Amino acid sequence: MNELLEIENLTKLYTSGYVWTEKVVAVDNVSLSIKKSEIFCLVGGSGSGKTTIGNIILGLIKPTSGKIILNGRDIYSYNRKAYWKKVQAVFQDPYSSFNFFYTISKPLNDAFNLLEDVPSKEEKKKIIKTAFEKIGMNPDEIMGRYPHQLSGGQMQRILIARSFILHPHLLIADELTSMIDASTRVAVLNELLRLKEEEELSVLFITHDLAQAYYIGDRIAIMEKGKIVESGLVEEVIFSPKHSYTKSLIASVPPLHGRWKL
Amino acid sequence: MDKDLLLIENLRGYYKGIFGVVRAVDGVSLRVREGEKVGVAGESGCGKSSFAQLITGTTMPLLHYEGGAVRVNGYDIWKISPEVLRKEVKCKLISYVPQAMLNSLNPVKKIKEFIADMLRERTGCRYSVKNARKVAAQHFERLGLDANVLDLYPHELSGGMVQRSIIAISTIASPQLLIMDEPTSALDVSSQKKVIKMMIDIQRKGVIKSLVCIAHDLSALNQLCDRIVIMYAGKFVESGEGDDVTGNPLHPYTKALMGSLLPLEKETKYKSLSSIPGVVPDLRYPSLGCRFYDRCGRRMKICKVEDPPEIIKGKRIVKCWIYKKGGL
Repeated sequence: MNELLEIENLTKLYTSGYVWTEKVVAVDNVSLSIKKSEIFCLVGGSGSGKTTIGNIILGLIKPTSGKIILNGRDIYSYNRKAYWKKVQAVFQDPYSSFNFFYTISKPLNDAFNLLEDVPSKEEKKKIIKTAFEKIGMNPDEIMGRYPHQLSGGQMQRILIARSFILHPHLLIADELTSMIDASTRVAVLNELLRLKEEEELSVLFITHDLAQAYYIGDRIAIMEKGKIVESGLVEEVIFSPKHSYTKSLIASVPPLHGRWKL
Repeated sequence: MDKDLLLIENLRGYYKGIFGVVRAVDGVSLRVREGEKVGVAGESGCGKSSFAQLITGTTMPLLHYEGGAVRVNGYDIWKISPEVLRKEVKCKLISYVPQAMLNSLNPVKKIKEFIADMLRERTGCRYSVKNARKVAAQHFERLGLDANVLDLYPHELSGGMVQRSIIAISTIASPQLLIMDEPTSALDVSSQKKVIKMMIDIQRKGVIKSLVCIAHDLSALNQLCDRIVIMYAGKFVESGEGDDVTGNPLHPYTKALMGSLLPLEKETKYKSLSSIPGVVPDLRYPSLGCRFYDRCGRRMKICKVEDPPEIIKGKRIVKCWIYKKGGL
Protein backbone atom coordinates (compact mmCIF):
# COMPACT_ATOMS: atom_id res chain seq x y z
CA MET A 1 0.00 0.00 0.00
CA ASN A 2 1.47 3.19 -1.20
CA GLU A 3 -1.24 5.67 -0.43
CA LEU A 4 -0.94 7.53 2.84
CA LEU A 5 -4.05 9.62 2.57
CA GLU A 6 -7.05 9.18 0.38
CA ILE A 7 -9.89 11.61 -0.01
CA GLU A 8 -13.04 10.43 -1.71
CA ASN A 9 -15.81 12.69 -2.96
CA LEU A 10 -15.31 15.27 -0.27
CA THR A 11 -17.95 17.99 -0.10
CA LYS A 12 -18.35 20.78 2.38
CA LEU A 13 -21.29 23.13 2.49
CA TYR A 14 -21.28 26.15 4.72
CA THR A 15 -24.77 27.15 5.75
CA SER A 16 -25.66 30.51 7.16
CA GLY A 17 -28.91 31.94 8.48
CA TYR A 18 -31.74 30.26 10.38
CA VAL A 19 -34.95 30.83 8.48
CA TRP A 20 -33.70 31.69 5.03
CA THR A 21 -30.60 29.60 4.85
CA GLU A 22 -27.91 30.37 2.38
CA LYS A 23 -25.50 27.70 1.27
CA VAL A 24 -21.95 28.13 0.09
CA VAL A 25 -20.16 25.22 -1.46
CA ALA A 26 -16.60 25.47 -0.19
CA VAL A 27 -15.39 22.09 -1.40
CA ASP A 28 -17.19 20.38 -4.23
CA ASN A 29 -16.76 16.65 -4.70
CA VAL A 30 -13.00 16.54 -4.39
CA SER A 31 -11.05 13.31 -4.60
CA LEU A 32 -7.32 13.09 -4.23
CA SER A 33 -4.67 10.86 -2.78
CA ILE A 34 -1.27 11.54 -1.28
CA LYS A 35 1.42 8.90 -1.47
CA LYS A 36 4.04 8.21 1.12
CA SER A 37 7.03 10.53 0.82
CA GLU A 38 5.34 12.81 -1.65
CA ILE A 39 4.73 16.53 -1.76
CA PHE A 40 1.29 17.21 -3.08
CA CYS A 41 0.50 20.81 -3.95
CA LEU A 42 -2.93 22.32 -3.81
CA VAL A 43 -2.96 25.58 -5.72
CA GLY A 44 -5.76 28.07 -6.22
CA GLY A 45 -6.80 31.65 -5.74
CA SER A 46 -8.13 32.90 -2.44
CA GLY A 47 -11.55 31.52 -1.62
CA SER A 48 -11.10 28.39 -3.69
CA GLY A 49 -11.47 26.04 -0.74
CA LYS A 50 -7.84 25.01 -0.28
CA THR A 51 -7.74 25.83 3.40
CA THR A 52 -11.07 24.12 4.02
CA ILE A 53 -9.64 20.87 2.67
CA GLY A 54 -6.64 21.25 4.96
CA ASN A 55 -8.86 21.86 7.97
CA ILE A 56 -11.08 18.89 7.13
CA ILE A 57 -8.07 16.59 6.90
CA LEU A 58 -6.94 17.87 10.28
CA GLY A 59 -10.37 17.09 11.70
CA LEU A 60 -11.07 20.69 12.64
CA ILE A 61 -14.11 20.87 10.37
CA LYS A 62 -16.54 18.04 9.73
CA PRO A 63 -17.19 17.40 6.05
CA THR A 64 -20.76 17.41 4.75
CA SER A 65 -20.09 14.19 2.87
CA GLY A 66 -17.16 12.16 1.71
CA LYS A 67 -14.50 9.99 3.21
CA ILE A 68 -10.94 10.60 4.33
CA ILE A 69 -8.72 7.61 4.86
CA LEU A 70 -5.30 7.70 6.50
CA ASN A 71 -3.22 4.52 6.39
CA GLY A 72 -6.30 2.49 5.42
CA ARG A 73 -8.46 3.75 8.30
CA ASP A 74 -11.12 6.43 8.34
CA ILE A 75 -9.73 9.45 10.16
CA TYR A 76 -12.71 9.60 12.50
CA SER A 77 -11.90 6.11 13.81
CA TYR A 78 -8.60 7.34 15.26
CA ASN A 79 -8.10 8.61 18.77
CA ARG A 80 -7.71 12.37 18.41
CA LYS A 81 -4.34 12.52 20.14
CA ALA A 82 -2.95 9.59 18.16
CA TYR A 83 -4.20 11.15 14.95
CA TRP A 84 -2.54 14.48 15.55
CA LYS A 85 0.74 12.75 16.22
CA LYS A 86 0.57 11.49 12.65
CA VAL A 87 -0.85 14.62 11.08
CA GLN A 88 0.55 18.02 11.91
CA ALA A 89 -0.11 21.40 10.41
CA VAL A 90 1.35 24.83 10.02
CA PHE A 91 -1.14 27.53 9.18
CA GLN A 92 -0.99 30.65 7.14
CA ASP A 93 -1.37 33.24 9.86
CA PRO A 94 1.36 32.95 12.49
CA TYR A 95 -0.03 35.91 14.44
CA SER A 96 -3.09 33.95 15.47
CA SER A 97 -1.21 30.74 16.18
CA PHE A 98 0.47 31.91 19.36
CA ASN A 99 -0.97 32.76 22.74
CA PHE A 100 0.19 36.26 23.41
CA PHE A 101 0.40 35.74 27.17
CA TYR A 102 3.06 33.04 27.00
CA THR A 103 6.60 33.07 25.75
CA ILE A 104 7.14 30.97 22.69
CA SER A 105 8.88 28.27 24.72
CA LYS A 106 5.48 27.10 25.89
CA PRO A 107 3.95 25.93 22.61
CA LEU A 108 7.24 24.22 21.80
CA ASN A 109 7.34 22.37 25.10
CA ASP A 110 3.63 21.57 24.87
CA ALA A 111 4.26 19.74 21.62
CA PHE A 112 6.02 17.01 23.61
CA ASN A 113 2.81 16.24 25.50
CA LEU A 114 1.49 14.48 22.41
CA LEU A 115 4.27 11.91 22.74
CA GLU A 116 3.74 8.84 24.90
CA ASP A 117 7.02 9.01 26.78
CA VAL A 118 7.71 12.65 27.45
CA PRO A 119 11.46 13.30 27.32
CA SER A 120 13.34 14.96 30.16
CA LYS A 121 13.96 18.68 30.26
CA GLU A 122 17.50 18.34 28.96
CA GLU A 123 16.42 16.17 26.06
CA LYS A 124 13.61 18.56 25.21
CA LYS A 125 16.13 21.35 25.00
CA LYS A 126 18.32 19.31 22.71
CA ILE A 127 15.48 18.35 20.39
CA ILE A 128 14.28 21.95 20.21
CA LYS A 129 17.80 23.08 19.47
CA THR A 130 18.23 20.69 16.54
CA ALA A 131 14.78 21.64 15.23
CA PHE A 132 15.80 25.29 15.31
CA GLU A 133 19.07 24.65 13.60
CA LYS A 134 17.23 22.87 10.80
CA ILE A 135 15.37 26.04 9.97
CA GLY A 136 18.42 28.23 10.41
CA MET A 137 17.59 29.98 13.67
CA ASN A 138 19.46 30.41 16.88
CA PRO A 139 17.36 29.02 19.78
CA ASP A 140 19.18 31.08 22.42
CA GLU A 141 18.01 34.26 20.76
CA ILE A 142 14.43 33.12 20.39
CA MET A 143 13.47 31.08 23.45
CA GLY A 144 11.92 33.13 26.21
CA ARG A 145 10.70 35.86 23.91
CA TYR A 146 7.08 36.83 23.55
CA PRO A 147 5.26 36.56 20.21
CA HIS A 148 4.96 40.32 19.82
CA GLN A 149 8.73 40.61 19.93
CA LEU A 150 9.12 38.46 16.83
CA SER A 151 8.44 39.13 13.19
CA GLY A 152 5.84 37.16 11.29
CA GLY A 153 8.49 35.25 9.41
CA GLN A 154 10.24 34.24 12.60
CA MET A 155 6.98 33.03 14.16
CA GLN A 156 6.18 30.94 11.11
CA ARG A 157 9.57 29.30 11.19
CA ILE A 158 9.15 28.51 14.88
CA LEU A 159 5.89 26.75 14.05
CA ILE A 160 7.65 24.71 11.40
CA ALA A 161 10.33 23.79 13.92
CA ARG A 162 7.56 22.78 16.31
CA SER A 163 6.01 20.40 13.80
CA PHE A 164 9.42 18.81 13.18
CA ILE A 165 9.63 17.88 16.85
CA LEU A 166 6.85 15.31 16.49
CA HIS A 167 8.04 13.59 13.28
CA PRO A 168 4.58 13.39 11.73
CA HIS A 169 3.65 11.26 8.70
CA LEU A 170 1.74 14.03 7.06
CA LEU A 171 2.35 17.72 7.33
CA ILE A 172 -0.31 20.11 6.15
CA ALA A 173 1.48 23.25 5.13
CA ASP A 174 -1.17 25.87 4.63
CA GLU A 175 0.41 28.90 2.92
CA LEU A 176 3.48 28.05 4.91
CA THR A 177 5.77 30.57 3.31
CA SER A 178 3.40 33.39 2.48
CA MET A 179 4.58 35.45 5.42
CA ILE A 180 8.26 34.53 5.29
CA ASP A 181 10.34 36.65 3.05
CA ALA A 182 11.96 35.45 -0.10
CA SER A 183 15.48 35.06 1.22
CA THR A 184 14.58 32.44 3.82
CA ARG A 185 11.73 30.86 1.87
CA VAL A 186 14.03 28.56 -0.04
CA ALA A 187 15.61 27.26 3.16
CA VAL A 188 12.22 26.19 4.46
CA LEU A 189 11.28 24.57 1.16
CA ASN A 190 14.62 22.77 1.02
CA GLU A 191 14.00 21.58 4.56
CA LEU A 192 10.68 20.07 3.51
CA LEU A 193 12.38 18.39 0.55
CA ARG A 194 15.02 16.97 2.86
CA LEU A 195 12.44 15.66 5.32
CA LYS A 196 10.58 14.09 2.43
CA GLU A 197 13.72 12.23 1.35
CA GLU A 198 15.08 11.28 4.74
CA GLU A 199 12.03 10.73 6.90
CA GLU A 200 9.46 9.80 4.27
CA LEU A 201 7.33 12.75 5.23
CA SER A 202 4.33 13.48 3.06
CA VAL A 203 3.30 17.06 2.69
CA LEU A 204 0.07 18.62 1.56
CA PHE A 205 1.43 21.93 0.37
CA ILE A 206 -1.34 24.46 0.08
CA THR A 207 -0.25 27.60 -1.70
CA HIS A 208 -1.16 30.23 -4.23
CA ASP A 209 2.38 30.56 -5.51
CA LEU A 210 2.85 28.41 -8.58
CA ALA A 211 6.60 28.90 -8.62
CA GLN A 212 6.92 27.42 -5.15
CA ALA A 213 4.61 24.56 -6.03
CA TYR A 214 6.71 23.84 -9.07
CA TYR A 215 9.95 23.90 -7.12
CA ILE A 216 8.83 21.67 -4.30
CA GLY A 217 5.98 19.53 -5.62
CA ASP A 218 5.68 16.10 -7.15
CA ARG A 219 2.04 16.32 -8.07
CA ILE A 220 -0.25 19.30 -8.19
CA ALA A 221 -3.96 20.01 -8.21
CA ILE A 222 -5.38 23.34 -9.30
CA MET A 223 -8.56 24.41 -7.51
CA GLU A 224 -11.18 26.88 -8.57
CA LYS A 225 -14.35 27.55 -6.56
CA GLY A 226 -14.12 24.31 -4.62
CA LYS A 227 -13.48 22.05 -7.58
CA ILE A 228 -10.25 20.55 -8.78
CA VAL A 229 -10.01 21.73 -12.37
CA GLU A 230 -6.71 20.19 -13.30
CA SER A 231 -4.28 17.81 -11.67
CA GLY A 232 -1.22 15.80 -12.52
CA LEU A 233 2.55 15.97 -12.37
CA VAL A 234 3.78 19.49 -11.70
CA GLU A 235 5.74 19.84 -14.90
CA GLU A 236 2.87 18.77 -17.09
CA VAL A 237 0.35 21.01 -15.40
CA ILE A 238 2.53 24.10 -15.24
CA PHE A 239 4.21 23.96 -18.63
CA SER A 240 1.36 22.52 -20.68
CA PRO A 241 -1.79 23.68 -18.89
CA LYS A 242 -5.10 22.60 -20.39
CA HIS A 243 -7.71 24.38 -18.32
CA SER A 244 -8.25 28.11 -18.90
CA TYR A 245 -8.10 28.89 -15.17
CA THR A 246 -4.67 27.30 -14.87
CA LYS A 247 -3.53 29.35 -17.85
CA SER A 248 -4.74 32.62 -16.32
CA LEU A 249 -3.10 31.73 -13.02
CA ILE A 250 0.23 31.10 -14.72
CA ALA A 251 -0.06 34.39 -16.61
CA SER A 252 -0.40 36.28 -13.32
CA VAL A 253 2.94 35.12 -11.91
CA PRO A 254 5.27 38.10 -12.18
CA PRO A 255 8.28 37.16 -14.29
CA LEU A 256 11.69 37.97 -12.90
CA HIS A 257 13.00 39.41 -16.13
CA GLY A 258 10.91 41.38 -18.55
CA ARG A 259 7.75 43.28 -17.85
CA TRP A 260 4.04 42.89 -18.21
CA LYS A 261 2.33 45.17 -20.66
CA LEU A 262 -0.20 46.84 -18.43
CA MET B 1 9.94 65.51 -14.23
CA ASP B 2 12.99 66.86 -12.50
CA LYS B 3 11.27 68.38 -9.53
CA ASP B 4 12.00 66.54 -6.33
CA LEU B 5 8.82 65.50 -4.64
CA LEU B 6 10.40 63.73 -1.73
CA LEU B 7 13.88 64.41 -0.51
CA ILE B 8 15.32 62.30 2.26
CA GLU B 9 18.69 63.22 3.66
CA ASN B 10 20.63 61.08 6.05
CA LEU B 11 17.50 59.91 7.82
CA ARG B 12 17.97 58.01 11.04
CA GLY B 13 15.40 56.34 13.25
CA TYR B 14 16.13 54.13 16.26
CA TYR B 15 14.04 51.84 18.42
CA LYS B 16 14.66 52.64 22.05
CA GLY B 17 13.63 50.49 24.96
CA ILE B 18 14.95 48.40 27.81
CA PHE B 19 16.57 46.16 25.20
CA GLY B 20 18.86 48.96 24.11
CA VAL B 21 18.96 51.07 20.98
CA VAL B 22 18.23 49.36 17.70
CA ARG B 23 19.48 51.31 14.73
CA ALA B 24 16.71 50.29 12.36
CA VAL B 25 17.16 53.10 9.88
CA ASP B 26 20.67 54.45 9.94
CA GLY B 27 21.51 57.22 7.55
CA VAL B 28 19.58 56.75 4.34
CA SER B 29 19.18 59.29 1.57
CA LEU B 30 16.74 59.12 -1.29
CA ARG B 31 15.27 61.44 -3.89
CA VAL B 32 11.94 60.73 -5.44
CA ARG B 33 11.21 62.87 -8.46
CA GLU B 34 7.82 63.75 -9.76
CA GLY B 35 6.40 60.91 -11.81
CA GLU B 36 8.73 58.30 -10.42
CA LYS B 37 7.85 54.95 -8.91
CA VAL B 38 10.43 53.79 -6.42
CA GLY B 39 10.51 50.37 -4.81
CA VAL B 40 12.36 49.50 -1.62
CA ALA B 41 13.22 45.84 -1.20
CA GLY B 42 15.01 43.78 1.40
CA GLU B 43 14.58 41.02 3.92
CA SER B 44 12.34 41.32 6.94
CA GLY B 45 14.13 43.03 9.79
CA CYS B 46 16.05 45.30 7.45
CA GLY B 47 14.15 48.38 8.47
CA LYS B 48 11.90 48.74 5.44
CA SER B 49 8.72 49.32 7.42
CA SER B 50 10.50 51.57 9.91
CA PHE B 51 11.67 53.57 6.92
CA ALA B 52 8.09 53.92 5.67
CA GLN B 53 6.92 55.03 9.09
CA LEU B 54 9.70 57.58 9.36
CA ILE B 55 9.10 59.21 6.00
CA THR B 56 5.39 59.58 6.74
CA GLY B 57 5.85 60.78 10.29
CA THR B 58 3.71 57.97 11.69
CA THR B 59 6.15 56.21 13.95
CA MET B 60 4.82 53.44 16.15
CA PRO B 61 5.82 53.45 19.83
CA LEU B 62 9.48 52.69 20.52
CA LEU B 63 10.57 53.95 17.10
CA HIS B 64 12.08 57.40 17.46
CA TYR B 65 13.22 59.90 14.90
CA GLU B 66 16.90 60.57 15.43
CA GLY B 67 18.04 62.91 12.75
CA GLY B 68 18.08 63.80 9.11
CA ALA B 69 15.47 65.46 6.98
CA VAL B 70 12.38 64.35 5.12
CA ARG B 71 11.17 67.09 2.80
CA VAL B 72 7.92 66.83 0.93
CA ASN B 73 7.14 69.86 -1.22
CA GLY B 74 8.82 72.26 1.17
CA TYR B 75 7.44 70.73 4.35
CA ASP B 76 10.03 69.12 6.57
CA ILE B 77 7.97 66.35 8.12
CA TRP B 78 9.93 66.21 11.36
CA LYS B 79 10.17 69.96 11.86
CA ILE B 80 6.53 70.94 11.49
CA SER B 81 4.04 70.43 14.30
CA PRO B 82 1.99 67.22 14.37
CA GLU B 83 -1.15 69.25 13.84
CA VAL B 84 0.16 70.74 10.61
CA LEU B 85 1.39 67.34 9.55
CA ARG B 86 -2.00 65.79 10.15
CA LYS B 87 -4.09 68.54 8.59
CA GLU B 88 -1.99 69.82 5.73
CA VAL B 89 0.48 67.18 4.71
CA LYS B 90 -1.15 63.80 5.21
CA CYS B 91 -3.74 62.79 2.66
CA LYS B 92 -3.13 65.94 0.64
CA LEU B 93 0.56 65.61 -0.04
CA ILE B 94 1.42 62.13 1.13
CA SER B 95 -0.69 59.12 1.88
CA TYR B 96 0.50 56.04 3.69
CA VAL B 97 -0.96 52.55 3.34
CA PRO B 98 0.42 50.46 6.19
CA GLN B 99 1.27 46.80 6.06
CA ALA B 100 -1.65 45.29 7.96
CA MET B 101 -4.17 46.47 5.41
CA LEU B 102 -7.00 44.29 6.64
CA ASN B 103 -6.80 46.03 10.00
CA SER B 104 -6.93 49.47 8.44
CA LEU B 105 -10.68 49.56 7.94
CA ASN B 106 -13.23 49.88 10.70
CA PRO B 107 -14.90 46.47 11.02
CA VAL B 108 -18.19 47.82 12.36
CA LYS B 109 -18.65 50.47 9.70
CA LYS B 110 -19.49 50.21 6.04
CA ILE B 111 -16.82 51.44 3.68
CA LYS B 112 -18.83 54.57 2.84
CA GLU B 113 -19.23 55.44 6.53
CA PHE B 114 -15.52 54.99 6.99
CA ILE B 115 -14.85 57.31 4.08
CA ALA B 116 -17.28 59.88 5.50
CA ASP B 117 -15.39 59.78 8.81
CA MET B 118 -12.15 60.25 7.01
CA LEU B 119 -13.37 63.12 4.86
CA ARG B 120 -14.80 64.92 7.89
CA GLU B 121 -11.51 64.58 9.69
CA ARG B 122 -9.35 65.63 6.78
CA THR B 123 -11.36 68.44 5.26
CA GLY B 124 -13.10 69.80 8.31
CA CYS B 125 -16.36 69.94 6.33
CA ARG B 126 -19.50 68.26 7.59
CA TYR B 127 -19.90 65.40 5.18
CA SER B 128 -23.03 63.28 5.36
CA VAL B 129 -22.63 59.62 4.53
CA LYS B 130 -24.66 60.21 1.39
CA ASN B 131 -22.40 62.98 0.16
CA ALA B 132 -19.30 61.01 1.05
CA ARG B 133 -20.64 58.09 -0.93
CA LYS B 134 -21.14 60.34 -3.93
CA VAL B 135 -17.58 61.62 -3.76
CA ALA B 136 -16.18 58.16 -3.17
CA ALA B 137 -18.25 56.50 -5.89
CA GLN B 138 -16.90 58.97 -8.42
CA HIS B 139 -13.36 58.27 -7.31
CA PHE B 140 -13.86 54.50 -7.26
CA GLU B 141 -15.26 54.50 -10.76
CA ARG B 142 -12.39 56.60 -11.99
CA LEU B 143 -10.05 53.91 -10.72
CA GLY B 144 -12.12 51.16 -12.28
CA LEU B 145 -13.58 49.77 -9.08
CA ASP B 146 -17.16 48.75 -8.49
CA ALA B 147 -18.87 51.49 -6.46
CA ASN B 148 -21.18 48.93 -4.83
CA VAL B 149 -18.27 47.98 -2.61
CA LEU B 150 -18.99 51.15 -0.67
CA ASP B 151 -22.19 49.69 0.73
CA LEU B 152 -20.47 46.63 2.15
CA TYR B 153 -18.65 45.88 5.38
CA PRO B 154 -14.92 45.11 5.23
CA HIS B 155 -15.44 41.45 6.15
CA GLU B 156 -17.63 40.96 3.10
CA LEU B 157 -14.75 41.74 0.77
CA SER B 158 -11.94 39.54 -0.42
CA GLY B 159 -8.36 40.45 0.47
CA GLY B 160 -7.59 41.79 -2.97
CA MET B 161 -10.71 43.92 -2.99
CA VAL B 162 -9.92 45.30 0.48
CA GLN B 163 -6.45 46.23 -0.68
CA ARG B 164 -7.74 47.93 -3.81
CA SER B 165 -10.41 49.77 -1.79
CA ILE B 166 -7.80 50.98 0.66
CA ILE B 167 -5.62 52.25 -2.16
CA ALA B 168 -8.67 54.05 -3.55
CA ILE B 169 -9.57 55.51 -0.15
CA SER B 170 -6.05 56.70 0.50
CA THR B 171 -5.90 58.47 -2.84
CA ILE B 172 -9.29 60.14 -2.48
CA ALA B 173 -7.75 63.54 -1.84
CA SER B 174 -5.28 63.08 -4.73
CA PRO B 175 -2.06 63.05 -2.73
CA GLN B 176 1.09 63.72 -4.67
CA LEU B 177 2.94 60.84 -3.14
CA LEU B 178 1.62 57.45 -2.11
CA ILE B 179 3.68 55.31 0.23
CA MET B 180 2.74 51.66 0.43
CA ASP B 181 4.09 49.01 2.76
CA GLU B 182 3.88 45.46 1.37
CA PRO B 183 0.73 46.05 -0.69
CA THR B 184 0.66 42.61 -2.26
CA SER B 185 2.32 40.27 0.19
CA ALA B 186 -0.94 38.87 1.57
CA LEU B 187 -2.61 38.40 -1.80
CA ASP B 188 -2.67 35.56 -4.27
CA VAL B 189 -1.12 35.99 -7.68
CA SER B 190 -4.23 36.99 -9.59
CA SER B 191 -5.24 39.68 -7.08
CA GLN B 192 -1.62 40.77 -6.92
CA LYS B 193 -1.67 41.41 -10.64
CA LYS B 194 -4.88 43.41 -10.31
CA VAL B 195 -3.42 45.54 -7.52
CA ILE B 196 -0.25 46.20 -9.50
CA LYS B 197 -2.29 47.12 -12.55
CA MET B 198 -4.43 49.45 -10.48
CA MET B 199 -1.42 51.22 -8.99
CA ILE B 200 0.05 51.78 -12.42
CA ASP B 201 -3.33 53.09 -13.62
CA ILE B 202 -3.65 55.50 -10.72
CA GLN B 203 -0.41 57.11 -11.66
CA ARG B 204 -1.23 57.20 -15.36
CA LYS B 205 -4.52 58.89 -14.66
CA GLY B 206 -2.70 61.51 -12.65
CA VAL B 207 -4.37 60.83 -9.31
CA ILE B 208 -0.96 60.51 -7.71
CA LYS B 209 2.34 61.73 -9.03
CA SER B 210 4.87 59.44 -7.40
CA LEU B 211 4.87 56.19 -5.55
CA VAL B 212 7.14 54.62 -2.98
CA CYS B 213 6.44 50.94 -2.61
CA ILE B 214 8.01 48.69 -0.01
CA ALA B 215 8.05 44.96 -0.63
CA HIS B 216 10.17 41.89 -0.26
CA ASP B 217 9.12 40.32 -3.54
CA LEU B 218 11.57 41.67 -6.09
CA SER B 219 9.84 40.22 -9.12
CA ALA B 220 6.50 41.84 -8.29
CA LEU B 221 8.25 45.07 -7.34
CA ASN B 222 10.02 45.17 -10.66
CA GLN B 223 6.69 44.97 -12.46
CA LEU B 224 5.50 48.06 -10.63
CA CYS B 225 8.47 50.33 -10.09
CA ASP B 226 10.90 52.19 -12.31
CA ARG B 227 13.64 52.36 -9.75
CA ILE B 228 14.53 49.82 -7.10
CA VAL B 229 16.45 50.47 -3.91
CA ILE B 230 17.81 47.52 -1.95
CA MET B 231 17.89 47.99 1.81
CA TYR B 232 19.97 45.94 4.17
CA ALA B 233 20.29 46.35 7.93
CA GLY B 234 19.17 49.95 8.00
CA LYS B 235 21.14 51.17 5.02
CA PHE B 236 20.61 51.35 1.29
CA VAL B 237 23.15 49.12 -0.42
CA GLU B 238 22.19 49.42 -4.05
CA SER B 239 19.85 51.39 -6.24
CA GLY B 240 19.20 51.68 -9.90
CA GLU B 241 16.70 51.14 -12.68
CA GLY B 242 14.49 48.14 -11.92
CA ASP B 243 15.61 46.02 -14.83
CA ASP B 244 19.27 46.82 -14.21
CA VAL B 245 19.10 45.79 -10.58
CA THR B 246 17.24 42.55 -11.23
CA GLY B 247 19.09 41.76 -14.45
CA ASN B 248 22.57 42.60 -13.31
CA PRO B 249 22.81 42.80 -9.52
CA LEU B 250 26.11 44.25 -8.32
CA HIS B 251 26.11 44.23 -4.54
CA PRO B 252 26.73 40.77 -3.04
CA TYR B 253 23.55 41.12 -1.02
CA THR B 254 21.44 41.86 -4.08
CA LYS B 255 23.04 38.89 -5.80
CA ALA B 256 22.17 36.62 -2.89
CA LEU B 257 18.65 38.03 -2.78
CA MET B 258 18.17 37.38 -6.47
CA GLY B 259 19.63 33.91 -6.10
CA SER B 260 17.07 32.96 -3.50
CA LEU B 261 14.08 33.94 -5.62
CA LEU B 262 11.93 31.29 -7.18
CA PRO B 263 11.00 32.28 -10.71
CA LEU B 264 8.51 30.16 -12.61
CA GLU B 265 11.00 28.88 -15.13
CA LYS B 266 11.71 25.37 -16.23
CA GLU B 267 15.22 25.22 -14.78
CA THR B 268 14.12 26.26 -11.29
CA LYS B 269 13.30 22.72 -10.23
CA TYR B 270 16.72 21.35 -11.06
CA LYS B 271 18.78 24.21 -9.74
CA SER B 272 19.82 23.84 -6.15
CA LEU B 273 18.64 27.17 -4.84
CA SER B 274 19.93 28.37 -1.56
CA SER B 275 18.85 31.00 0.85
CA ILE B 276 21.20 33.62 2.21
CA PRO B 277 23.14 32.05 5.08
CA GLY B 278 22.98 33.60 8.51
CA VAL B 279 20.62 36.24 9.78
CA VAL B 280 20.36 40.01 9.66
CA PRO B 281 22.88 41.32 12.22
CA ASP B 282 21.75 42.55 15.60
CA LEU B 283 21.25 46.23 14.95
CA ARG B 284 21.84 47.10 18.56
CA TYR B 285 25.54 46.62 18.01
CA PRO B 286 26.17 47.37 14.35
CA SER B 287 29.70 46.87 13.13
CA LEU B 288 31.81 49.78 12.01
CA GLY B 289 32.27 48.34 8.58
CA CYS B 290 29.91 46.81 6.08
CA ARG B 291 26.84 45.35 7.72
CA PHE B 292 26.69 42.47 5.26
CA TYR B 293 30.22 41.40 6.26
CA ASP B 294 29.24 38.23 8.16
CA ARG B 295 27.16 36.83 5.34
CA CYS B 296 29.15 38.03 2.38
CA GLY B 297 30.97 35.59 0.12
CA ARG B 298 33.39 38.19 -1.20
CA ARG B 299 34.42 39.93 1.98
CA MET B 300 37.78 41.62 2.33
CA LYS B 301 39.76 42.93 5.25
CA ILE B 302 38.67 46.48 4.77
CA CYS B 303 34.97 45.54 4.84
CA LYS B 304 35.09 44.83 8.53
CA VAL B 305 36.61 48.09 9.66
CA GLU B 306 35.39 50.77 7.33
CA ASP B 307 31.97 51.68 6.06
CA PRO B 308 31.86 51.06 2.31
CA PRO B 309 31.74 54.12 0.07
CA GLU B 310 28.96 54.90 -2.35
CA ILE B 311 30.06 54.25 -5.88
CA ILE B 312 27.97 56.07 -8.42
CA LYS B 313 27.74 55.50 -12.12
CA GLY B 314 24.85 57.10 -13.93
CA LYS B 315 21.70 56.08 -12.11
CA ARG B 316 23.36 53.17 -10.39
CA ILE B 317 24.58 53.49 -6.81
CA VAL B 318 26.33 50.62 -5.06
CA LYS B 319 27.70 50.72 -1.56
CA CYS B 320 30.47 48.15 -1.63
CA TRP B 321 34.24 48.01 -1.41
CA ILE B 322 34.53 45.54 -4.28
CA TYR B 323 33.89 48.27 -6.83
CA LYS B 324 36.17 50.86 -5.26
CA LYS B 325 39.14 50.20 -7.51
CA GLY B 326 37.73 49.16 -10.84
CA GLY B 327 34.48 51.07 -10.69
CA LEU B 328 31.21 49.60 -11.86
